[in-house]
Amino acid sequence: MAEKVLMKGNEAIGEAAVRAGCRYYFGYPITPQSELPAYLAKRLPEVEGVFVQAESEVAAINMVYGAGSAGARVMTSSSSPGVSLKQEGISYIAGAEIPCLLVNVVRGGPGLGNIAPAQSDYWQATRGGGHGDYRTLVLAPNSVQEMADMTVAGFEFADRFRNPVLLLSDGVLGQMMEPVSLPDPIDYDVDSKKWGLGYQGKDKNERNLCTSIFLDVDELEEHNWHLYQKYQVMTDLFSKGEYKDFAVEEHLCDDAEIILVGYGIISRILKTVVEKCRKRGIKAGLIRPKVLWPFPSQVFERLQQTTSNFLVVEMSCGQMVEDVKLAVNGKKPVYFFGRTGGTIPSDFEILNEVDKIVRPD
Amino acid sequence: MGKETEEIIMAGFGGQGILFLGKVLAETGMMTGQNVSWIPAYGPEMRGGTANCSVVISKHEIASPIVTEPDTLIAMNIPSVAKFIDKIRKGGTLIYNSSLIDQKEFRSDIRVCGIPANQLAAEAGSDKTANVVMAGAYARFSDMMNFDAFLKAFPNLVPGKKKDLLEINLAALKKGYDCANSAH
Repeated sequence: MAEKVLMKGNEAIGEAAVRAGCRYYFGYPITPQSELPAYLAKRLPEVEGVFVQAESEVAAINMVYGAGSAGARVMTSSSSPGVSLKQEGISYIAGAEIPCLLVNVVRGGPGLGNIAPAQSDYWQATRGGGHGDYRTLVLAPNSVQEMADMTVAGFEFADRFRNPVLLLSDGVLGQMMEPVSLPDPIDYDVDSKKWGLGYQGKDKNERNLCTSIFLDVDELEEHNWHLYQKYQVMTDLFSKGEYKDFAVEEHLCDDAEIILVGYGIISRILKTVVEKCRKRGIKAGLIRPKVLWPFPSQVFERLQQTTSNFLVVEMSCGQMVEDVKLAVNGKKPVYFFGRTGGTIPSDFEILNEVDKIVRPD
Repeated sequence: MGKETEEIIMAGFGGQGILFLGKVLAETGMMTGQNVSWIPAYGPEMRGGTANCSVVISKHEIASPIVTEPDTLIAMNIPSVAKFIDKIRKGGTLIYNSSLIDQKEFRSDIRVCGIPANQLAAEAGSDKTANVVMAGAYARFSDMMNFDAFLKAFPNLVPGKKKDLLEINLAALKKGYDCANSAH
């Protein structure tokens, strides 16, 4: 294992991207993710890469569309309001099946909100976000190490599925420092994408086309069902196929009378809560979705048979809780506790919620 | 049995080097083979505003890096004492900058140590190292990182070419440690 270095989450994403062969970054600064473009502004020129601070988020995402179409590994990042601005381009990218990595270091919304950490972009992230029938693969790291690891994984998934991948983080994970062991650099070959506009192996008269426009209704319907099939393949791979262990972390669930559910930084707080519960004789467990779309429903379908309650905790008024309810399908009660506006729930107040459920007297 | 986890909050004015102080602790913890986390309270403030930072050092995997009940508070100015004094764990420690904080009486259920950080920093060669003086004082109270570990970690924290700067920092570190030692 490589020697560990102390890094901010935002910077770890930047360095991991370079090591994954990303040579193009287009973005526009916004707190709390600006350390990422700042890092790449310095780092990409060292590896003959391209860093552009675009005139706007809309410009940046369309530059990503262009570089991705050419076959390059490319990324952009922003925080909530900036990601909203990028949605039109993300829809085009999903429609044209262009691989790329998108990073959202979520802050408090709606509107301009504030710069404190939040998880209130879950719906936007997991339901496509822009217009049209499409999905992005959504990864949810909970440590600086995973910010790096999931950046690498994100580029690989993006290429494999020809689909945008969204790394959904938050202000705490972006700003915090932890020791990280960085991945080994790879040599990425732009020519590995035979569909890419930059592919050099094609015949002189052959043309590659990347587009999301299908004016003929039959053609668009066929294209949409093709995308749908692809999303089904992704769902299968992440729920029962080769990525099923990647998709979710289970902690002490087997004998749990109550299972806490949370992603990202919340899952770390929940782990502390589980420890404290166990010390007090409450059999608590934790489910942490690491992939938010496709949602790891299968774990809930299985564990609802053995547990009595679920408690979903989010830094929002309750978004992922809907997916948990769909997965549990009314068979066990699903409770919710949330803080919003940039407030991080404390382990004490979550413990209090657990008490209310398992020890109502 | 020695401690297995230490949770520290440090706070002061923006410009007092609070985040760097946290980084000194985190880097030293990492260099001694322990798990560490560092979280800044980032806000729209710049110089003159308030800054604080949470660090966890642990022999185990760090579940929550959010510090709600610190073992130690390092307070660089009066507002920091007011904001965080009640959060210190019973039996915990307050290390305060007595150059800027007049107060003598705090909670009776915690250990208290006043360090004239600004004065000691000036003696070490730079007013700007008051934060490093406090890191030295912390070394006196830590059960998980000794003073030697801080000395060893420091070259990683000061960019290579600035050798004179490193010496001033090491002097500041030592002054903080000695001061805490003679007080306790």
